[in-house]
Amino acid sequence: MKSCLYFLNKLGNRFLALLYFIGGLADLTLHTIFFTFYPPFKKRAILEQAERIGYKSLPIVSLLALFIGVILALQTAVLMQRLGSEMYIASIVALSVVRELGPVITALIVAGRAGAAMTAEIGSMIITEQVDALRTLAVNPLQYLVVPRFLASMLMLPILTIYANVIGIVGGYLICVYKLYISSNMYISITLEALKFKDIFTGLVKSLFFGMIIALVSCFYAFKTEGGAEGVGRATRSSVVVSFVLILSADCLFTSIFYFIFP
Amino acid sequence: MIRIEGLCKSFNSLKVLDGLSLEIKEGETKVIIGRSGCGKSVLLKHIVGIIKPDKGSIFIEDKDITKIKESQLKSVRMKMAMVFQGGALFDSLTVAENVGFVLREHYHFSDKEILEAVKEALSMVELDGVEEFMPVQLSGGMKKRVAIARAICMRPKIILYDEPTTGVDPITADSINTLIRNLHDRLKVTSIVVTHDMKSAYRIADRIAMLYKGRIIAEGTPEEIQNTSDAIVYQFINGLSWGPIKKEDL
Repeated sequence: MKSCLYFLNKLGNRFLALLYFIGGLADLTLHTIFFTFYPPFKKRAILEQAERIGYKSLPIVSLLALFIGVILALQTAVLMQRLGSEMYIASIVALSVVRELGPVITALIVAGRAGAAMTAEIGSMIITEQVDALRTLAVNPLQYLVVPRFLASMLMLPILTIYANVIGIVGGYLICVYKLYISSNMYISITLEALKFKDIFTGLVKSLFFGMIIALVSCFYAFKTEGGAEGVGRATRSSVVVSFVLILSADCLFTSIFYFIFP
Repeated sequence: MIRIEGLCKSFNSLKVLDGLSLEIKEGETKVIIGRSGCGKSVLLKHIVGIIKPDKGSIFIEDKDITKIKESQLKSVRMKMAMVFQGGALFDSLTVAENVGFVLREHYHFSDKEILEAVKEALSMVELDGVEEFMPVQLSGGMKKRVAIARAICMRPKIILYDEPTTGVDPITADSINTLIRNLHDRLKVTSIVVTHDMKSAYRIADRIAMLYKGRIIAEGTPEEIQNTSDAIVYQFINGLSWGPIKKEDL
């Protein structure tokens, strides 16, 4: 009986924590959207964040997107060679990368790299009273810290995704042309033929929402930071884990929706 | 200028402020003394509107800031500046950007005008040639001076200092005390200084108030406090480990 009550108590606390998280994140989202349209507009801060989130993620996005394209082509080649249909490798690589792997892998990289940095940076500002200092200087921390990150993340994720898509397809191209000896022109023409506007569009819509998730979750956990350096570490870890879970959940949701809207 | 009435604040079950009342007159330097963790910094954060009280009122120029919305607090905050214990300088900005932060955020001054104002504020705190330094390159004493420069750059009517001499060597501490006194005389600001450094308190205060168990238990001029007959105040100002204040009391 005692252990049953303990279990129910734990379960109740977890449920309350979940409600607290959902409420807090919804509140942050609404306030961030409100302040996005509320002057002053911080163009310089948005560009700085765009550089950190986008430009500085380029090397790691390039490397991983290339690997994804190469792996996808090699794995598909095993099956396609058995079926004698190597020509389809190009279209499988293109569709898999553009519709799914490009947006998701890019979002996971940015969440792990730039999202973690956002939480750690703002979390440290909270610990060292810099966020309190902003308030005393009559500056809204949400407008000063969250809005530029939110806009930059939403702007850069689709751009990085387009870039990752191209690099991923190049990875597949390298394997097909130099290993499987499919002609370069044929690979390019099959890829272009396979890709429809809706494939690119759905991938980009997803990446836009992934950008929102990364910025909001990272900032949410940053503002909850307490307890010194250990607290910053805890907040950063939570923000990365929750971002990953929400990105994949949102991907599942969007893929299902798009499946029915654009079958 | 500032009137605090019956201020109460608890964090979870810990009662930090328990019906605190205090008045600070215009142009006065009031030093609030008390043990570490007794709620001095919490009191300052209430005055600047960062923390909302559970009960009580804070009147700044007859406007109760506990009853107004966050958006309305902006005009009140523009009259005040706070110097945080660790400086709270923005890590990602240079010294010049930190000091000129308010001018850049709230006014339409040109870069040249802002730089002139920054240089003037830095020379008032006797720091020249550090405009392009990052906060990480500064010593503890320099950080406190830059924080004071950032505070005075906005020409406030009220300056709140949170432990201005904590964590610096005695010579730097004395120079910060002199600086606070000089700024008070020069800018005619109302100052509230929170400290447990009695040397600093005697040096800069017009009046000293002691915070104990969430209330002000004694108030007077530095001479009156030095000659107190109150056993608690006597124990604190003389730094005695024996007396009515127990180790666990805040």
